Amino acid sequence: MRTPRIIGTTAAITLTLTVAACGSGDEDTGSGDGALVGEGSGADCQIDAAVPVGAALSLTGGAASYGESQRNGLELAVAHLNEQDGITYELTVEDDQTDPRQGITVFENFVGDDTSIIIGPTLSNGAFQAQPIAQESGVPVLAISNTAAGITEQGDYIFRDSLTEAQVIPQTIALAAETYDLEQVVVMYSNDDAFTESGYEVFASSLEEEGVEVSDTLTFSVSDTDFRPLLTEALAAEPDALVVSGLIEAAIPLVTQARDLGIDVPIIGGNGFNNPQLMTDAGASAEGVVVGAAWNSTSDIPENVEFLAAYEEEFGRAPDQFAAQAYAAMTIIDVAVRHNCSGERDDIQDGLNNIVDLPTVLGTLTINDDRDAEHEAVVQVVQDGAFAVLG
Amino acid sequence: MDIQQLLNGLFIGSIYALFAIGFTLVFGVLDRLNLAHPAVFTVAAFVGIELVEVGGLSIWAALPVVFVVGGLLGLVIERVAFRPLKGRPDAHFAGLISSIALAGMFIALLQWRYGPDTKRFPAESFPETTYKVLGAQVTGVQVAILLITVVLAVGLHLLVGRTRLGRGMRATAENPTAARVVGINVDRVSATTLAISSALGAVAGALFAMNVNSAQLGMGSAIELKGLAVIVVGGMASLPGALVGGLLLGLAEVFTVQYIGSSWRDLVAFGLLFLILVARPQGLFGTRKVREV
Repeated sequence: MRTPRIIGTTAAITLTLTVAACGSGDEDTGSGDGALVGEGSGADCQIDAAVPVGAALSLTGGAASYGESQRNGLELAVAHLNEQDGITYELTVEDDQTDPRQGITVFENFVGDDTSIIIGPTLSNGAFQAQPIAQESGVPVLAISNTAAGITEQGDYIFRDSLTEAQVIPQTIALAAETYDLEQVVVMYSNDDAFTESGYEVFASSLEEEGVEVSDTLTFSVSDTDFRPLLTEALAAEPDALVVSGLIEAAIPLVTQARDLGIDVPIIGGNGFNNPQLMTDAGASAEGVVVGAAWNSTSDIPENVEFLAAYEEEFGRAPDQFAAQAYAAMTIIDVAVRHNCSGERDDIQDGLNNIVDLPTVLGTLTINDDRDAEHEAVVQVVQDGAFAVLG
Repeated sequence: MDIQQLLNGLFIGSIYALFAIGFTLVFGVLDRLNLAHPAVFTVAAFVGIELVEVGGLSIWAALPVVFVVGGLLGLVIERVAFRPLKGRPDAHFAGLISSIALAGMFIALLQWRYGPDTKRFPAESFPETTYKVLGAQVTGVQVAILLITVVLAVGLHLLVGRTRLGRGMRATAENPTAARVVGINVDRVSATTLAISSALGAVAGALFAMNVNSAQLGMGSAIELKGLAVIVVGGMASLPGALVGGLLLGLAEVFTVQYIGSSWRDLVAFGLLFLILVARPQGLFGTRKVREV
C-alpha cells in the first residue's frame, strides 16, 4: 500500500533526473549519425564512434536488489567488450525507482538522445508501460529480466534474453514431479501482482499436465509477511509439496514460517525464489526449496566459468541470474551490432533477428521468430545453503 | 476449531492490539489522531534490527532500547507536530496533517539510512526452540509477543488508573482547560502521553518484525488502516476496546482463511468490523458522548 506521501519526493527526484538526462543528451548529439556505421564485418568490424547503450534499471525501490545485479552484469560485460578491438560501447544506466512512470521518463530520454539500443526495465509491470515508447520511435529494446507473457508481442523492436515463466515452470514441475513422486500439492500465490499471477497460471496448467492433484489453492497479497494462517491450512492438507508463486519478499518469510510450523516437504517456487538472498536470509529453512531458473550457476561451459571468476573478482560476491542475463545481453548486442557492422538502431534490430546458436553465459542461445530467447532451463534445489542442480 | 489457527490469530492480533492501544491512548487523552504512529512502528522495526545486527544485542535486550527510542520519537512528535499547533482553532486537523508530514519525514530518513530493501534479523538471532501447545507449533518469539502485549496493556491500565500521572491524563482527557486550572501541567501530560503511546507502537513494530522476520518501509502503512479499524471498533478512546478489537481482527483474519478462503480475508475481516459498528455505533467498549482513557 503506497501512500501519497512519497509522491512529492518522487516528483522532485524525477524532475532532477529529467533535467540531468536532458543535459547529457545535448552533449551527445554531435557523436551520432554516420559515425555509428563502421567498416568490415563480424569480428573485424570497426566503428569509430562509441555505440550508446541505455539501460533503465530499478536501482532503488522494491526491485532494487535485482537492478543492482543487472547494473553490475552490464558494467562487467561492457568492460570486457571494450577490451576487444573495433567497437566500444558507452553504457548509460538510469534508475526507474521501480516505478513505471519513472520508467517512461527514462525511456523517453533514451529515445530522444540517440541511444542505439535500450536495455530494461527491470520489472515486467514497468516494461509494459515503457517499452511501447521505444517501439513507436523505432529504438530496439532488449529486455533482460522480464518474464511475463506478452512482452515481445508489443512490437518488432522488442526482444528479450530472459526465459519466460511459461518456458521455465513446465520443466520445473515435470522434473520435480518425477524426482519427488508428487501426487498432490498445495498451491499458494499472491493474487494482486501481474507477475506472480501469470506464474500461478503456468504452475496450474503444468501441474494438470503432469497429473498432480491440487488439493488447495491459497492466495495472499504481495505486501503480506505473516503466512502462518495459510501455511496451517496447507499443512492440514498433508501435501507432497508446496507450490508457490511469489516474489522474494514473500518467499523468505513464507519459507521460514513453513519450516517453523513443521512443513518439511519440498517448496517449489517460481522465478521470484531464484535469488541467493533466500539462503542468506532464510538460512536452514531454505533447504529443499526447488526453483527453475534460466541460468545454471554451476554450468562449466567456458563462458560461464570465465564470467563467474570475473564477477567475483570485480564485486566480491557470486553473481545471480539477473547479473548473468544482463551480461548475456551485452554479448547478444555485440553480435547484433557486428552483424551489419553498425550501431544504427535499425541495423541492430536486424542483427538481433539473426542471433542463432550463440554461446553465452546462459548457454547456447537463439532468438526465435517471436523475438524471445530460447535456451535450456535448469531446475535447482537448495542443498547445504546453495543452489544445486536437481536430479 | 483448529488450535494452531487460534494461536496464529492471537499472536498477530496481539500485535494489532499493541499498535492500536498506543494509537487510541493519544486519541483518548489528547483528542488527536497521531498519524505518525505507523511511522514509529516502522522506525522501531529497523532500529531493532540494527541493534541486533550491528549492536550485537540479543533480540530481548533490543526491546527495552526500542521502547526508549519509541518514547523519544513520541516526544519529538509532540514537540514538532502537535505543540506548535495546539492554540489553533483547527488544531485537530492541523495536528492530523502535521503528523502525516512528520511520518513522511521519518520514512524518508529511514530510506536514506537503510535503503529501500527489506531488512531482516540475522538468522542466528532467534532461539531455535519451538514449543508444542495442544498439538500446535509455537515459537519462543510468539509466546513473548503474547506475554509482552499483556504485560504492557495491564501496565498501561494501572498507570492510567492508579497513578498521579494517570490522574493527570484522565483530567486532561476530560477537559484540558479545567485540568490546567486545577494545576495540571497539560503540556507535560501531553508529551508523556505521546511518549508512552509511541513507545508501545515501537515495541509493536519490533515484535512484528521479529514475528515475520522482515521489516519493510511500507509495513507501517499496511497496519495503519487495521489499527484505525481496531480503535474505531473498540470504541475510539477505550484501551480495553483496542486490546479486544486487535485480538478480534487477528482471529477474524485467521478464521476467514480457514473456513472461507484466503482470498476473502480482508473482505470478511473488515466486513465483520463494519457489522459491529452497525450494531454498536459507539464501538464495543465505547460510551456515547463520554470521553475516557
